[in-house]
Amino acid sequence: MSFLTKSPWILHYAATSCNGCDIELLACLTPLYDVERFGIINTGNPKHADILMVTGSVNEESRKVLENLYEQMPDPKAVIAIGACALSGGIFREAYNVYGGIDQVIPVDVYVAGCAARPESIIDGVVRALGVLEERSKNRVRQRKVA
Amino acid sequence: MNLEYWGFALAFIVLGPVVGGLLAGIDRRLTARMQSRQGPPLLQPFYDVLKLFEKDTTVVTHLQTLYLWAFLFFMVIAGVIIFLGGNLLLSLFAMTVSGIFLCLAAESTNSPYSKIGSAREMLLMMAYEPMLIIVPLGFFLVVGSFQVADILAGEPSQVVQLLGVLIGFLFVLTIKLRKSPFDISTSHHGHQELVKGLTTDMSGRDLALVEIGHWYENVILLAWLYLFFGPLGLLWALPIAVVLFFAEVLVDNTNARLKWGTTVKASWWVAVLFGVTNLLVLPFI
Repeated sequence: MSFLTKSPWILHYAATSCNGCDIELLACLTPLYDVERFGIINTGNPKHADILMVTGSVNEESRKVLENLYEQMPDPKAVIAIGACALSGGIFREAYNVYGGIDQVIPVDVYVAGCAARPESIIDGVVRALGVLEERSKNRVRQRKVA
Repeated sequence: MNLEYWGFALAFIVLGPVVGGLLAGIDRRLTARMQSRQGPPLLQPFYDVLKLFEKDTTVVTHLQTLYLWAFLFFMVIAGVIIFLGGNLLLSLFAMTVSGIFLCLAAESTNSPYSKIGSAREMLLMMAYEPMLIIVPLGFFLVVGSFQVADILAGEPSQVVQLLGVLIGFLFVLTIKLRKSPFDISTSHHGHQELVKGLTTDMSGRDLALVEIGHWYENVILLAWLYLFFGPLGLLWALPIAVVLFFAEVLVDNTNARLKWGTTVKASWWVAVLFGVTNLLVLPFI
Protein backbone atom coordinates (compact mmCIF):
# COMPACT_ATOMS: atom_id res chain seq x y z
CA MET A 1 0.00 0.00 0.00
CA SER A 2 1.17 3.48 -0.81
CA PHE A 3 1.75 5.96 2.01
CA LEU A 4 0.19 8.61 -0.22
CA THR A 5 -3.22 7.49 1.00
CA LYS A 6 -2.17 7.96 4.63
CA SER A 7 -0.88 11.49 4.31
CA PRO A 8 -2.53 13.47 1.53
CA TRP A 9 -1.47 17.11 1.71
CA ILE A 10 -3.85 19.56 0.14
CA LEU A 11 -3.48 22.77 -1.78
CA HIS A 12 -6.60 24.87 -2.01
CA TYR A 13 -7.08 27.42 -4.76
CA ALA A 14 -10.14 29.61 -5.24
CA ALA A 15 -10.32 30.30 -8.99
CA THR A 16 -12.74 33.24 -8.80
CA SER A 17 -15.30 31.50 -6.63
CA CYS A 18 -17.93 33.25 -4.49
CA ASN A 19 -16.15 31.80 -1.38
CA GLY A 20 -19.16 29.66 -0.45
CA CYS A 21 -17.32 26.44 -1.30
CA ASP A 22 -14.10 27.79 0.22
CA ILE A 23 -15.79 28.29 3.55
CA GLU A 24 -17.18 24.74 3.41
CA LEU A 25 -13.73 23.43 2.51
CA LEU A 26 -12.13 25.20 5.45
CA ALA A 27 -14.94 23.89 7.65
CA CYS A 28 -13.48 20.42 7.03
CA LEU A 29 -10.44 21.45 9.08
CA THR A 30 -12.53 22.50 12.08
CA PRO A 31 -13.09 20.28 15.14
CA LEU A 32 -16.48 19.07 13.84
CA TYR A 33 -15.02 17.34 10.75
CA ASP A 34 -11.28 17.38 11.58
CA VAL A 35 -9.76 15.95 8.40
CA GLU A 36 -6.35 15.79 10.11
CA ARG A 37 -7.69 12.47 11.50
CA PHE A 38 -6.81 11.07 8.07
CA GLY A 39 -3.47 12.87 7.92
CA ILE A 40 -4.88 15.53 5.63
CA ILE A 41 -3.10 18.86 5.96
CA ASN A 42 -3.81 22.13 4.22
CA THR A 43 -0.30 23.06 3.08
CA GLY A 44 -0.60 26.31 1.16
CA ASN A 45 2.49 25.35 -0.86
CA PRO A 46 2.18 23.59 -4.27
CA LYS A 47 5.58 21.90 -3.92
CA HIS A 48 4.40 20.10 -0.78
CA ALA A 49 0.92 19.24 -2.01
CA ASP A 50 -0.52 15.94 -3.31
CA ILE A 51 -4.08 17.03 -4.04
CA LEU A 52 -5.14 20.29 -5.66
CA MET A 53 -8.64 21.38 -4.64
CA VAL A 54 -10.12 24.06 -6.85
CA THR A 55 -13.33 26.02 -6.42
CA GLY A 56 -14.98 28.53 -8.74
CA SER A 57 -15.39 29.01 -12.48
CA VAL A 58 -11.98 29.84 -13.92
CA ASN A 59 -11.45 33.07 -15.83
CA GLU A 60 -8.51 34.36 -17.83
CA GLU A 61 -6.80 35.87 -14.78
CA SER A 62 -7.01 32.81 -12.56
CA ARG A 63 -6.22 30.40 -15.41
CA LYS A 64 -2.53 31.34 -15.40
CA VAL A 65 -2.28 30.94 -11.63
CA LEU A 66 -4.11 27.61 -11.74
CA GLU A 67 -1.89 26.21 -14.49
CA ASN A 68 1.20 27.41 -12.64
CA LEU A 69 0.12 25.78 -9.37
CA TYR A 70 -0.67 22.52 -11.17
CA GLU A 71 2.73 22.52 -12.89
CA GLN A 72 4.56 23.16 -9.61
CA MET A 73 3.05 20.17 -7.82
CA PRO A 74 5.37 17.13 -7.85
CA ASP A 75 3.96 13.82 -9.18
CA PRO A 76 1.96 11.79 -8.29
CA LYS A 77 -0.84 14.30 -7.89
CA ALA A 78 -4.63 14.54 -8.19
CA VAL A 79 -7.07 17.36 -8.81
CA ILE A 80 -10.51 17.81 -7.27
CA ALA A 81 -13.05 20.29 -8.62
CA ILE A 82 -15.42 21.47 -5.90
CA GLY A 83 -18.84 23.00 -6.37
CA ALA A 84 -21.13 23.71 -9.30
CA CYS A 85 -18.95 26.52 -10.68
CA ALA A 86 -15.80 24.38 -10.73
CA LEU A 87 -17.70 21.54 -12.39
CA SER A 88 -19.37 23.42 -15.22
CA GLY A 89 -19.32 27.13 -14.52
CA GLY A 90 -22.58 26.93 -12.56
CA ILE A 91 -24.81 29.96 -12.91
CA PHE A 92 -21.93 31.81 -14.59
CA ARG A 93 -21.64 29.22 -17.38
CA GLU A 94 -23.07 31.51 -20.05
CA ALA A 95 -21.07 34.53 -18.88
CA TYR A 96 -18.60 35.89 -21.46
CA ASN A 97 -15.69 36.10 -18.99
CA VAL A 98 -15.47 32.57 -17.56
CA TYR A 99 -14.13 29.30 -18.95
CA GLY A 100 -16.88 27.31 -17.21
CA GLY A 101 -15.28 24.43 -15.36
CA ILE A 102 -11.82 23.60 -14.09
CA ASP A 103 -11.45 20.75 -16.60
CA GLN A 104 -11.27 23.34 -19.39
CA VAL A 105 -7.87 24.31 -18.02
CA ILE A 106 -6.28 21.37 -16.17
CA PRO A 107 -7.15 17.63 -15.99
CA VAL A 108 -9.62 16.93 -13.18
CA ASP A 109 -9.84 13.54 -11.43
CA VAL A 110 -12.75 13.96 -9.01
CA TYR A 111 -15.85 16.16 -9.25
CA VAL A 112 -17.62 17.19 -6.05
CA ALA A 113 -21.08 18.61 -6.78
CA GLY A 114 -23.09 21.10 -4.74
CA CYS A 115 -23.72 24.81 -4.36
CA ALA A 116 -22.06 25.11 -1.97
CA ALA A 117 -20.55 21.61 -1.70
CA ARG A 118 -21.12 20.15 1.78
CA PRO A 119 -18.08 19.30 3.94
CA GLU A 120 -19.16 15.64 3.98
CA SER A 121 -19.12 15.44 0.20
CA ILE A 122 -15.77 17.27 0.06
CA ILE A 123 -14.24 14.68 2.42
CA ASP A 124 -15.81 11.95 0.27
CA GLY A 125 -14.17 13.57 -2.77
CA VAL A 126 -10.76 13.46 -1.08
CA VAL A 127 -11.24 9.76 -0.28
CA ARG A 128 -11.99 9.12 -3.97
CA ALA A 129 -8.92 11.12 -4.96
CA LEU A 130 -6.85 8.87 -2.68
CA GLY A 131 -7.83 5.93 -4.87
CA VAL A 132 -6.61 7.85 -7.94
CA LEU A 133 -3.34 8.73 -6.19
CA GLU A 134 -2.71 5.14 -5.17
CA GLU A 135 -3.34 3.92 -8.72
CA ARG A 136 -0.87 6.48 -10.09
CA SER A 137 1.72 5.58 -7.51
CA LYS A 138 1.42 1.87 -8.46
CA ASN A 139 1.71 2.71 -12.16
CA ARG A 140 4.91 4.67 -11.50
CA VAL A 141 6.47 1.74 -9.65
CA ARG A 142 5.46 -0.58 -12.52
CA GLN A 143 6.92 1.77 -15.12
CA ARG A 144 10.19 2.02 -13.21
CA LYS A 145 10.45 -1.78 -13.11
CA VAL A 146 9.99 -1.98 -16.89
CA ALA A 147 12.53 0.77 -17.46
CA MET B 1 35.33 7.06 26.78
CA ASN B 2 33.84 3.70 27.60
CA LEU B 3 31.72 1.26 25.68
CA GLU B 4 28.49 2.36 27.34
CA TYR B 5 28.70 5.84 25.81
CA TRP B 6 29.40 4.41 22.35
CA GLY B 7 26.21 2.40 22.84
CA PHE B 8 24.29 5.60 23.63
CA ALA B 9 25.72 7.32 20.54
CA LEU B 10 24.82 4.39 18.30
CA ALA B 11 21.34 4.27 19.84
CA PHE B 12 20.97 7.98 19.05
CA ILE B 13 21.87 7.49 15.39
CA VAL B 14 19.49 4.55 14.98
CA LEU B 15 16.66 5.36 17.40
CA GLY B 16 16.92 9.18 17.27
CA PRO B 17 14.49 9.59 14.35
CA VAL B 18 12.11 7.01 15.86
CA VAL B 19 11.92 8.88 19.18
CA GLY B 20 11.86 12.27 17.44
CA GLY B 21 9.06 11.16 15.13
CA LEU B 22 7.03 9.80 18.03
CA LEU B 23 7.53 13.08 19.92
CA ALA B 24 6.25 14.93 16.84
CA GLY B 25 3.29 12.52 16.66
CA ILE B 26 2.39 13.05 20.32
CA ASP B 27 2.84 16.79 19.77
CA ARG B 28 0.34 16.83 16.88
CA ARG B 29 -2.18 14.70 18.76
CA LEU B 30 -1.85 16.87 21.87
CA THR B 31 -2.29 20.01 19.75
CA ALA B 32 -5.43 18.52 18.21
CA ARG B 33 -6.85 17.64 21.64
CA MET B 34 -6.19 21.19 22.86
CA GLN B 35 -8.26 22.41 19.90
CA SER B 36 -10.92 19.76 20.76
CA ARG B 37 -10.16 17.77 17.63
CA GLN B 38 -9.43 14.06 17.46
CA GLY B 39 -6.10 14.52 15.73
CA PRO B 40 -3.99 12.33 13.45
CA PRO B 41 -2.68 8.83 14.30
CA LEU B 42 0.39 8.69 16.53
CA LEU B 43 2.53 7.45 13.62
CA GLN B 44 1.41 10.26 11.27
CA PRO B 45 4.86 11.95 11.07
CA PHE B 46 6.33 8.64 9.82
CA TYR B 47 3.56 8.27 7.22
CA ASP B 48 4.31 11.83 6.07
CA VAL B 49 8.02 11.23 5.62
CA LEU B 50 7.56 7.82 3.96
CA LYS B 51 5.10 9.47 1.58
CA LEU B 52 7.60 12.23 0.77
CA PHE B 53 10.05 9.51 -0.33
CA GLU B 54 7.40 8.25 -2.78
CA LYS B 55 6.94 11.69 -4.35
CA ASP B 56 8.95 13.29 -7.11
CA THR B 57 11.68 15.63 -5.93
CA THR B 58 11.66 18.85 -7.91
CA VAL B 59 14.84 20.84 -7.36
CA VAL B 60 15.69 24.30 -8.52
CA THR B 61 19.39 23.72 -7.84
CA HIS B 62 21.14 20.51 -6.80
CA LEU B 63 23.22 22.57 -4.39
CA GLN B 64 20.14 22.59 -2.18
CA THR B 65 20.19 18.81 -1.74
CA LEU B 66 23.88 18.95 -0.77
CA TYR B 67 23.19 21.65 1.82
CA LEU B 68 20.34 19.63 3.26
CA TRP B 69 22.53 16.54 3.61
CA ALA B 70 25.08 18.76 5.41
CA PHE B 71 22.27 20.02 7.66
CA LEU B 72 21.36 16.44 8.55
CA PHE B 73 25.00 15.35 8.93
CA PHE B 74 25.97 18.09 11.38
CA MET B 75 22.74 17.60 13.33
CA VAL B 76 23.64 13.93 13.80
CA ILE B 77 27.20 14.91 14.76
CA ALA B 78 25.84 17.35 17.38
CA GLY B 79 23.76 14.54 18.88
CA VAL B 80 26.56 11.97 18.75
CA ILE B 81 28.86 14.35 20.67
CA ILE B 82 26.26 14.70 23.44
CA PHE B 83 25.45 11.01 23.66
CA LEU B 84 29.17 10.15 23.73
CA GLY B 85 29.30 12.24 26.91
CA GLY B 86 31.46 14.74 25.04
CA ASN B 87 31.87 18.50 25.02
CA LEU B 88 28.53 20.35 25.25
CA LEU B 89 29.99 23.52 23.71
CA LEU B 90 31.28 21.58 20.69
CA SER B 91 27.87 19.99 20.25
CA LEU B 92 26.28 23.46 20.29
CA PHE B 93 28.68 24.61 17.56
CA ALA B 94 27.84 21.57 15.42
CA MET B 95 24.14 22.36 15.88
CA THR B 96 24.73 25.98 14.80
CA VAL B 97 26.64 24.87 11.68
CA SER B 98 23.74 22.56 10.88
CA GLY B 99 21.31 25.47 11.26
CA ILE B 100 23.40 27.61 8.91
CA PHE B 101 23.32 24.87 6.26
CA LEU B 102 19.51 24.88 6.48
CA CYS B 103 19.56 28.65 5.89
CA LEU B 104 21.91 28.16 2.91
CA ALA B 105 19.60 25.51 1.46
CA ALA B 106 16.69 27.95 1.60
CA GLU B 107 18.85 30.80 0.30
CA SER B 108 20.12 28.81 -2.72
CA THR B 109 16.75 28.92 -4.52
CA ASN B 110 14.99 31.78 -6.29
CA SER B 111 11.72 31.79 -4.38
CA PRO B 112 11.18 35.06 -2.48
CA TYR B 113 9.24 33.16 0.20
CA SER B 114 12.19 30.86 0.71
CA LYS B 115 14.50 33.87 0.97
CA ILE B 116 12.28 35.61 3.52
CA GLY B 117 12.22 32.36 5.51
CA SER B 118 16.00 32.13 5.37
CA ALA B 119 16.46 35.75 6.45
CA ARG B 120 14.09 35.23 9.36
CA GLU B 121 15.85 32.02 10.36
CA MET B 122 19.11 34.01 10.55
CA LEU B 123 17.39 36.52 12.83
CA LEU B 124 16.08 33.69 14.99
CA MET B 125 19.60 32.26 15.28
CA MET B 126 20.76 35.69 16.35
CA ALA B 127 17.96 35.70 18.93
CA TYR B 128 18.53 32.30 20.53
CA GLU B 129 22.29 31.84 20.18
CA PRO B 130 23.31 34.04 23.21
CA MET B 131 21.03 32.09 25.54
CA LEU B 132 22.19 28.74 24.13
CA ILE B 133 25.82 29.74 24.78
CA ILE B 134 24.94 30.67 28.37
CA VAL B 135 23.69 27.13 29.06
CA PRO B 136 27.08 25.35 28.65
CA LEU B 137 28.75 28.30 30.43
CA GLY B 138 26.41 27.85 33.40
CA PHE B 139 27.18 24.15 33.54
CA PHE B 140 30.91 24.92 33.37
CA LEU B 141 30.73 27.36 36.29
CA VAL B 142 28.79 24.86 38.40
CA VAL B 143 30.42 21.56 37.46
CA GLY B 144 33.80 22.81 36.24
CA SER B 145 33.60 20.97 32.93
CA PHE B 146 31.93 21.16 29.55
CA GLN B 147 31.82 17.36 29.35
CA VAL B 148 28.29 15.93 29.33
CA ALA B 149 29.51 12.93 31.33
CA ASP B 150 30.74 15.22 34.13
CA ILE B 151 27.55 17.29 34.11
CA LEU B 152 25.46 14.13 34.51
CA ALA B 153 27.68 13.06 37.43
CA GLY B 154 27.21 16.46 39.15
CA GLU B 155 25.23 17.43 42.25
CA PRO B 156 21.43 17.11 42.13
CA SER B 157 21.25 20.71 43.40
CA GLN B 158 22.69 22.08 40.14
CA VAL B 159 19.22 22.62 38.66
CA VAL B 160 18.43 25.01 41.56
CA GLN B 161 21.70 26.86 41.03
CA LEU B 162 20.94 27.13 37.31
CA LEU B 163 17.22 27.95 37.62
CA GLY B 164 17.59 31.25 35.74
CA VAL B 165 19.49 29.54 32.94
CA LEU B 166 16.80 26.85 32.80
CA ILE B 167 14.05 29.48 32.44
CA GLY B 168 16.03 31.24 29.72
CA PHE B 169 16.64 27.92 27.96
CA LEU B 170 12.93 27.03 28.07
CA PHE B 171 12.25 30.40 26.44
CA VAL B 172 14.60 29.84 23.51
CA LEU B 173 13.47 26.21 23.28
CA THR B 174 10.20 27.60 21.91
CA ILE B 175 12.20 29.18 19.09
CA LYS B 176 14.29 26.06 18.45
CA LEU B 177 11.19 23.86 18.30
CA ARG B 178 9.60 26.29 15.80
CA LYS B 179 6.61 26.94 18.00
CA SER B 180 4.35 29.99 18.14
CA PRO B 181 4.89 32.83 19.02
CA PHE B 182 8.35 32.41 17.46
CA ASP B 183 7.60 30.32 14.35
CA ILE B 184 8.35 33.25 12.05
CA SER B 185 10.66 31.42 9.60
CA THR B 186 8.48 28.38 8.90
CA SER B 187 5.27 27.17 10.46
CA HIS B 188 3.25 24.03 11.04
CA HIS B 189 0.08 26.08 10.92
CA GLY B 190 -1.37 27.11 7.58
CA HIS B 191 -2.86 30.44 8.61
CA GLN B 192 0.19 32.67 8.87
CA GLU B 193 1.37 35.48 6.59
CA LEU B 194 4.40 33.38 5.59
CA VAL B 195 3.44 29.72 5.69
CA LYS B 196 6.31 27.44 4.76
CA GLY B 197 9.10 30.00 4.49
CA LEU B 198 12.34 28.03 4.73
CA THR B 199 10.94 24.88 3.13
CA THR B 200 8.99 26.56 0.30
CA ASP B 201 11.23 25.23 -2.48
CA MET B 202 11.92 21.81 -0.96
CA SER B 203 9.86 18.84 -2.04
CA GLY B 204 9.89 15.05 -1.92
CA ARG B 205 13.15 13.57 -0.62
CA ASP B 206 14.58 16.98 0.27
CA LEU B 207 11.65 17.82 2.51
CA ALA B 208 11.91 14.39 4.09
CA LEU B 209 15.55 15.16 4.97
CA VAL B 210 14.46 18.37 6.69
CA GLU B 211 11.84 16.48 8.68
CA ILE B 212 14.30 13.78 9.77
CA GLY B 213 16.81 16.49 10.71
CA HIS B 214 14.16 18.11 12.90
CA TRP B 215 13.43 14.81 14.60
CA TYR B 216 17.11 14.49 15.49
CA GLU B 217 17.07 18.12 16.64
CA ASN B 218 14.09 17.49 18.92
CA VAL B 219 15.88 14.57 20.58
CA ILE B 220 19.01 16.70 21.06
CA LEU B 221 16.97 19.51 22.65
CA LEU B 222 15.26 16.99 24.92
CA ALA B 223 18.74 15.76 25.89
CA TRP B 224 19.78 19.35 26.73
CA LEU B 225 16.70 19.68 28.92
CA TYR B 226 17.55 16.34 30.53
CA LEU B 227 21.03 17.60 31.46
CA PHE B 228 19.55 20.07 33.96
CA PHE B 229 17.83 17.25 35.86
CA GLY B 230 20.32 14.48 34.98
CA PRO B 231 21.93 14.14 38.44
CA LEU B 232 18.46 13.48 39.95
CA GLY B 233 18.51 10.11 38.20
CA LEU B 234 16.66 8.81 35.15
CA LEU B 235 13.42 8.12 37.06
CA TRP B 236 12.96 11.79 37.98
CA ALA B 237 14.80 13.54 35.20
CA LEU B 238 13.14 12.01 32.14
CA PRO B 239 9.50 12.66 33.20
CA ILE B 240 10.34 16.26 34.21
CA ALA B 241 12.13 16.87 30.91
CA VAL B 242 9.27 15.37 28.89
CA VAL B 243 6.62 17.38 30.78
CA LEU B 244 8.55 20.64 30.23
CA PHE B 245 8.99 19.65 26.57
CA PHE B 246 5.25 19.30 26.10
CA ALA B 247 4.54 22.51 28.02
CA GLU B 248 5.91 24.07 24.82
CA VAL B 249 2.93 22.60 22.96
CA LEU B 250 0.61 24.53 25.28
CA VAL B 251 2.56 27.73 24.59
CA ASP B 252 2.34 26.96 20.87
CA ASN B 253 -1.44 26.72 20.98
CA THR B 254 -2.10 29.76 23.12
CA ASN B 255 0.03 32.30 21.27
CA ALA B 256 -0.06 34.13 17.97
CA ARG B 257 3.05 34.78 15.90
CA LEU B 258 5.23 37.74 16.92
CA LYS B 259 7.13 40.14 14.69
CA TRP B 260 10.83 39.43 14.27
CA GLY B 261 11.87 42.58 16.15
CA THR B 262 9.85 41.62 19.19
CA THR B 263 11.23 38.09 19.02
CA VAL B 264 14.87 39.22 19.02
CA LYS B 265 14.30 41.83 21.74
CA ALA B 266 12.35 39.45 23.96
CA SER B 267 14.86 36.62 23.72
CA TRP B 268 17.83 38.92 24.36
CA TRP B 269 16.09 40.44 27.38
CA VAL B 270 15.40 36.97 28.74
CA ALA B 271 19.03 35.96 28.08
CA VAL B 272 20.25 38.99 30.06
CA LEU B 273 17.63 38.95 32.81
CA PHE B 274 17.67 35.24 33.58
CA GLY B 275 20.82 33.86 31.96
CA VAL B 276 23.48 36.49 32.67
CA THR B 277 22.04 37.38 36.09
CA ASN B 278 22.12 33.71 37.03
CA LEU B 279 25.77 33.46 35.94
CA LEU B 280 26.63 36.59 37.97
CA VAL B 281 25.07 35.35 41.20
CA LEU B 282 26.45 31.80 40.81
CA PRO B 283 29.49 32.44 43.10
CA PHE B 284 27.11 33.26 45.97
CA ILE B 285 24.88 30.16 45.74
